[in-house]
Amino acid sequence: MKKEELPQDKSHLKNFTREVCYVKNSEGKYVTDLSTGWEVKSAALNNQWDEIERRIKKAKEKIINGKASPILYFFELKLMDLPVLSGYTGFSKWRIKRHMKPNVFKNLNDKTLQVYAEVFEISLNDLKNFNL
Amino acid sequence: MKEFKHIQTAHCENGVTVKLLKEQGLDWINEPLAFGMGSGLFYIHIPFLKVNGGPAISFRSMPGSIFRRTCKVLNIKINRKKFRSKDNARNYLNEKLNQGITVGCQVGVFHLKYFPKEYRFHFNAHNLIVYGKEGNNYLISDPVMENTTALSVDELEKVRFAKGALAPKGHIYYPEKTEKITNEKIRKGIIKGIKHNVRDMLYIPARFTGVNGINHTASKIRKWREKHGVRNAGLFLGQIVRMQEEIGTGGGGFRFLYAAFLEQAAERLNNDKIIRISEEFTKSGDLWRDSALQMAGIYKGRITSQKDFNDAADIMNEIASVERKALNDLNKLKLH
Repeated sequence: MKKEELPQDKSHLKNFTREVCYVKNSEGKYVTDLSTGWEVKSAALNNQWDEIERRIKKAKEKIINGKASPILYFFELKLMDLPVLSGYTGFSKWRIKRHMKPNVFKNLNDKTLQVYAEVFEISLNDLKNFNL
Repeated sequence: MKEFKHIQTAHCENGVTVKLLKEQGLDWINEPLAFGMGSGLFYIHIPFLKVNGGPAISFRSMPGSIFRRTCKVLNIKINRKKFRSKDNARNYLNEKLNQGITVGCQVGVFHLKYFPKEYRFHFNAHNLIVYGKEGNNYLISDPVMENTTALSVDELEKVRFAKGALAPKGHIYYPEKTEKITNEKIRKGIIKGIKHNVRDMLYIPARFTGVNGINHTASKIRKWREKHGVRNAGLFLGQIVRMQEEIGTGGGGFRFLYAAFLEQAAERLNNDKIIRISEEFTKSGDLWRDSALQMAGIYKGRITSQKDFNDAADIMNEIASVERKALNDLNKLKLH
């Protein structure tokens, strides 16, 4: 890639940083240059976020329909996967899956729920009285 | 405290490696050299592992390996430690800073407050430098940022003990004091790095790594539209492009960075043939950019036919053959 071809597109890096890229100068030698972003990858990142929004919405619907507990919602909201939530809570992945069931969730004690609330950075009340 | 000079690089681990080695008096080191001697170039389509239901692909070697290998080829001893206890991790860090030692830390980016929110996923193999402490704040030099920054004691602790895949567990590291590195040793290091990279890219007997891996992904892409539908297949392609181009690769899936390394290698080894091979990696990097453009056409919904998926796969096949030839040429050089 030549120095003058380095994209300087708008991206989410704006106001945070610019990234170092390796480009060729007019003498054909490699130099570094700073880029504000490339539209091609911004589009990929934006698609990823649309997908995350879609999953959060789907989690909400599942809770309304009594198919899942609020834990699923915050799990999606915080972009987690099971190893991540298991790591932060100390609960096994198998237990977490159970806790995502509404029937199991409503019988959970405050101590367990408090662990989740802290990991999700919300109050115990927010988790218990999940308000859509 | 002596003045700290921040260095910005494309990739975090290269940056930490460069800065920590410069602190040990290796004033000649720079990002391409660290990347090449640490044999960072790679490709792997990790089997059985899915990221958001899509492919798990990496364009570089295992996290931590660039620092480890660069130090190894230069015979520099590494100090590294992981911790169960947060208190011990904090005390150890403070102790090193009090001794005037600059250290590298592995962290997760989800809670890294100076990153844009859109980039903060649960990715745990980020690296930064801690170079001091002022009151309740640690002074941070993050190689992908333009400037130094700071994190409070709690904020740093949170990212050092991020959870999930590749959890850092407080991982802290720094190179030992070293004698002066001779030019001969640098040359040897460059050659070892090249040989290691040729081996990794050409001779691992698996269909999902190195040059074979690129063809492996290409053949999967041909089937994605049928198997997963245009929307999901598009998301998967977006994932490839992000691994390939997102902040940290220097563009073109580290291929430009490797070409820059070979350019320096040619000079240091006084071997013009390497310049030609560097050109091949530039070509490969340019093709990776073309491939990203083609894939973007698909995930932006502009071109979505099976032919468009095939075209993307064709570019990847071409990349594989360009890289195979370049690596074979490197192999034939009989460097010593």
